[in-house]
Amino acid sequence: MSRGLGILVAASLISWGVPEGGLRGAPLAVEEVAAGVFVHVGETADFTPGNRGGIANLGFVVGEEAVAVIDTGGSAAQGRDWLETVRSITDRPIRWVVVTHVHPDHMLGTAAFAGVGATVWGHAALPRAIAERGPSYLARMADLLGPAVEGTSLPRIDETVVEGELRELDLGGRVLELRAWPTAHTDGDLTVFDRATGTLFAGDLLFVERLPVIDGSLPGWLAVLDRLAALPARRVVPGHGPATAPWPAALAAERAYLKELRDAVRAVLRRGLSLARAVTAVPPPHPGNWRLIEPDHGRNVVAAYTELEWE
Amino acid sequence: MGRTRGSAAGLWLGLFLAIGTVGAAHAAEDGNWPTIREMLFEDRAILDGGDRLAMEAPRRALDAAMVPIAVSLLPAGRSADDPIRTLWLVIDNNPAPVAAVFHLAPEFGIGRLETRIRVNAYTPVRAIAETANGRLLMVERFVKAAGGCSAPGLKDREVAMARLGKMKFALLDTFAPGGPQRVKLKIGHPNYTGLQIDQLTRNWIPPDYVTEIDIRFDGRPLLSVDGDISLSEDPTLVFDFLPPGEGRIEVVVEDSSGRRFEKGWRIGPTS
Repeated sequence: MSRGLGILVAASLISWGVPEGGLRGAPLAVEEVAAGVFVHVGETADFTPGNRGGIANLGFVVGEEAVAVIDTGGSAAQGRDWLETVRSITDRPIRWVVVTHVHPDHMLGTAAFAGVGATVWGHAALPRAIAERGPSYLARMADLLGPAVEGTSLPRIDETVVEGELRELDLGGRVLELRAWPTAHTDGDLTVFDRATGTLFAGDLLFVERLPVIDGSLPGWLAVLDRLAALPARRVVPGHGPATAPWPAALAAERAYLKELRDAVRAVLRRGLSLARAVTAVPPPHPGNWRLIEPDHGRNVVAAYTELEWE
Repeated sequence: MGRTRGSAAGLWLGLFLAIGTVGAAHAAEDGNWPTIREMLFEDRAILDGGDRLAMEAPRRALDAAMVPIAVSLLPAGRSADDPIRTLWLVIDNNPAPVAAVFHLAPEFGIGRLETRIRVNAYTPVRAIAETANGRLLMVERFVKAAGGCSAPGLKDREVAMARLGKMKFALLDTFAPGGPQRVKLKIGHPNYTGLQIDQLTRNWIPPDYVTEIDIRFDGRPLLSVDGDISLSEDPTLVFDFLPPGEGRIEVVVEDSSGRRFEKGWRIGPTS
């Protein structure tokens, strides 16, 4: 299904006056970006009751024997619909779920898949991050999503990947490579690479169109981007943005924003500006490249300032 | 600096409990302030501090776990007839409302104090000063932010723990004897609030936070701070003072787990 069709479906629902959050069991729009590789494009929006937390890109890969799902959505409701979507396309067993990182829009639909016996994978730092952040994520999502959050729980991670280690999932006829990265977007980012088609699921190590959010380490993220760029991918599925983007050209805009931010924050630190002043002194990026710039840019300045203060 | 550490800690614990229990008894429009006021200052008069204190706070915080707050003390320098000796920073709607108590040595003419706080809900933030003559003066601002105390913690736990106890000190303007000097002290510490539950064990993650920062200049007390969980991760102080000349800044930090960290820096024209 093309991305264009997905947008048409959503538009027609709005014209009927049916709130999306009120629908149950409605499959999510997906497109097959390479043979057996499917992507659902999340909304470029903040969390709302209408989108049920569905703002991240989600994917699944179908092998000869089994299916692996990459990220599960922002609520139990979206997770259930995502499961139905996968089922509507393949009846092969969903053996694995890979959670790319701790953020709620990527992991809060996981329970639906654990319920069908899938083994859940994550970065070795993920279980502790879920323990520390999970309760406040659930509380915040309840505020933002309202009744749409009903039944949402924190995922249990069954298997983990240690930094520097490469783990393989054999789906039958194709192998997925799982890599755990040092602190970048968060302190537990995991990527999935489908060797057969050269498709890289970057998780939120790559934002396209939506402004990147720093919740780990700014210099760390820039360093990871350099290593990520060396992967022999043919296309990348970003955590936010279109279903796929060209590789490695798609990294350029994000890298430019992060470098400009780093340099600008270092400059205000050299000038001795306070944190409060820095927030107004570091200009936002050109709006032509990014959507949803504020308040995320301001938050990124706070994150960068407090990290680079140690240099 | 003469103060009563033990009783201060007891008071804060008392406040923490009081807010959770009898706080609701007060009229909603007053919120938690009457309870806090009574426990800190009993029935002493508190005057409008607008001519001696000026607070800078964002109306809406970008990051509730890292909200910059600054208080300027007027008039600048050592010229005040009745200098401010103690300053309380209070966040009405936080679980531990007393974020910090600053003890100031008037001879150093501290003109401005800045730190970063966690804000758990929309709340008034107050600075209450006590002068040498025992007058209480107050200013307040309203801050819209939520989730700072139980919110997601460390961005990089490993790095944060490796930095525990490290300190960074910097002059933020050029050293000029006789003039005010702005300095920054940053202390590596997760300042864990203890408000998060470990999902695996169902136990509360224990609090672990900076309780005291003692700053001296050539051995003389300059500024000390009683801290609590409402100070942000990596507690940071930025302040202006009048150094009598070149000298050595010495800092001792203690935390709630009994750790103690010390460091010193020479300040002068070349530093």
